[in-house]
Amino acid sequence: MEQIKVLLANIDKPNSTSIDTYTAGGGYEDARKALTTMKPDEVIQLVKDSELRGRGGAGFPTGNKWGFVPKNAPKPTWLLCNADESEPGTFKDRVIIEKDPHLLIEGMIIAAYAIGSNPMSYIYIRGEFHYGATVLDKALEEARDKGFLGKNVFGSGFDLDITVARGAGAYICGEETGLIESIEGHRGQPRVKPPFPAVVGAFGGPTVVQNVETLACVPLIVRNGAEWFKSFGTPKNTGPKLYCVSGNVKKPGVYEFPMGITIRELIYDHCGGITGDRKLKAVIPGGASAPMLTPDEIDIPLNFDALMKAGSMLGSAGIIVLDESVCIVDAVWRLAKFFAHESCGQCTPCREGTNWLESVLDRIERGEGRPQDADLLLDMSDNIGGKSLCALGDAAIGPVISSVRKFRDEYLHHIQHQSCLPGTTRYRRLDMPIAAH
Amino acid sequence: MADLHPDNPYAPERFPDRSKHVEFPEEAKKRFDWILTRYPNKEAALLPTLHLAQEVWGWISPETVHYVGELLDLSPATVFGVVSFYNMYNQKPVGKYHLQVCTNLSCMITRAYDIYDHLCEKLSVNPGQTTPDGLYTVTEVECLGSCGTAPVVQINNDYHENMSVETMDALLEKLK
Repeated sequence: MEQIKVLLANIDKPNSTSIDTYTAGGGYEDARKALTTMKPDEVIQLVKDSELRGRGGAGFPTGNKWGFVPKNAPKPTWLLCNADESEPGTFKDRVIIEKDPHLLIEGMIIAAYAIGSNPMSYIYIRGEFHYGATVLDKALEEARDKGFLGKNVFGSGFDLDITVARGAGAYICGEETGLIESIEGHRGQPRVKPPFPAVVGAFGGPTVVQNVETLACVPLIVRNGAEWFKSFGTPKNTGPKLYCVSGNVKKPGVYEFPMGITIRELIYDHCGGITGDRKLKAVIPGGASAPMLTPDEIDIPLNFDALMKAGSMLGSAGIIVLDESVCIVDAVWRLAKFFAHESCGQCTPCREGTNWLESVLDRIERGEGRPQDADLLLDMSDNIGGKSLCALGDAAIGPVISSVRKFRDEYLHHIQHQSCLPGTTRYRRLDMPIAAH
Repeated sequence: MADLHPDNPYAPERFPDRSKHVEFPEEAKKRFDWILTRYPNKEAALLPTLHLAQEVWGWISPETVHYVGELLDLSPATVFGVVSFYNMYNQKPVGKYHLQVCTNLSCMITRAYDIYDHLCEKLSVNPGQTTPDGLYTVTEVECLGSCGTAPVVQINNDYHENMSVETMDALLEKLK
């Protein structure tokens, strides 16, 4: 399959972040078209017809989400752009933010118009993306100067301004209700759903939280139509998609393809294969929360439905490639440590369970594993999954369950021989102190 | 007496020193006024105000917690609840260069721990600690969203990508 440059069409142009470069390529004309020639409901129908699905991790049909927003709600409606991008292995939104910010801004204008947003909207960007926030601030100034943001945009009667709201280092604020809590100035602890944000979200009003890449698709759908968007990919898994590849590959980076390229093609035809020409051991297809896949599963297309059927998920399309030199127990320990750190602490199964997963994995790595530990990990995962308020608990058990099922021999080796499998490396030093969470 | 847990609310360093007068300088006050115009209520301005305070003072001291609370009509407990939830708000002063090494999975398997361990040893600090000369603080952080150019080290606001032990040493030479 050939690489495409649809979402990433502008990023290699000189001065790609400037509004002049963007408008020279036809930029902001799609927002003008939507705001002046289409009704909000027509925009929503167009997005529904395109079968666009959210690219933040859940893959929820975007048009349907917008359709849930009630008209004439008593409190103002909000559009929040989720630029929190903290899922390990994911770095695609950063490319759009840093190199083509106007594509995002135009997408937000159209989306805000479609859902009937109030005159203010936010881009919640993770705090560590300081450079990205400065690029966005500058782009927003340019858009305001040209009248694309502000009062009566394109003479349509619709007012919109956008503020960059910086996060402060919390993965859980990428969860939509965690993000809403954070925008409201609270600790980013997710809320019970229902009520869903589309009905009651930020400041009590209907709220749509949408990922950067999803919003970036919107101007292109308005420009070229739903059928064009569906020409990429397969039914219900449509559109150009950004894939992030990292780990043990020769050419890691962000690659754009029509949705549905296989893992094998991506790693071997485009990313140069495994570093050092070693053998593949495992692939995590959708960011840290996605269950691992083994080398005999790499002909699965990278789309929402095929990966779900295979017991994993596309998630944020953060593909992490592990080769034969990686100790699986070490890798899963690191992911367990990540989830334990990022758990917001509200729900007992997640707060306690993620810490227990980390400490049992740590014990196994230190050579203190007991014969029943592999099954203990599965049992603990069962106590966490589906038993907490948000999906972080379910995310945390993904790597644990999949690795115990598919790489049980590595766990058993650690337990029986108190060491990693020969030929694998433990990357962390066991004698280094670990800072408290 | 047993060591108090660092988050213990009764630890003496949690209480503000009333003799210290803390107030935003003029520039920051203007920025704060602008921030207030961008949010529908004062509480929503809390995170940006804390970022501003950290830009001004480098960390969020107990005095700062009380000051921000007064600015936004929030109790110090509410403000501190937010400060302690988010990773990026420093609850202790940090060095001139805050070396934040990502050690999450993609960085780990491209040898980020070598860089992290090397920094702790070379600068003789434990994780999260600052060198006695106040120049460097070394912390281990979670995924920075730059996995394609792993290993990645964030120094203050900037990302340094494709790092190795050698390039880290070379960079340290320039950061004085």
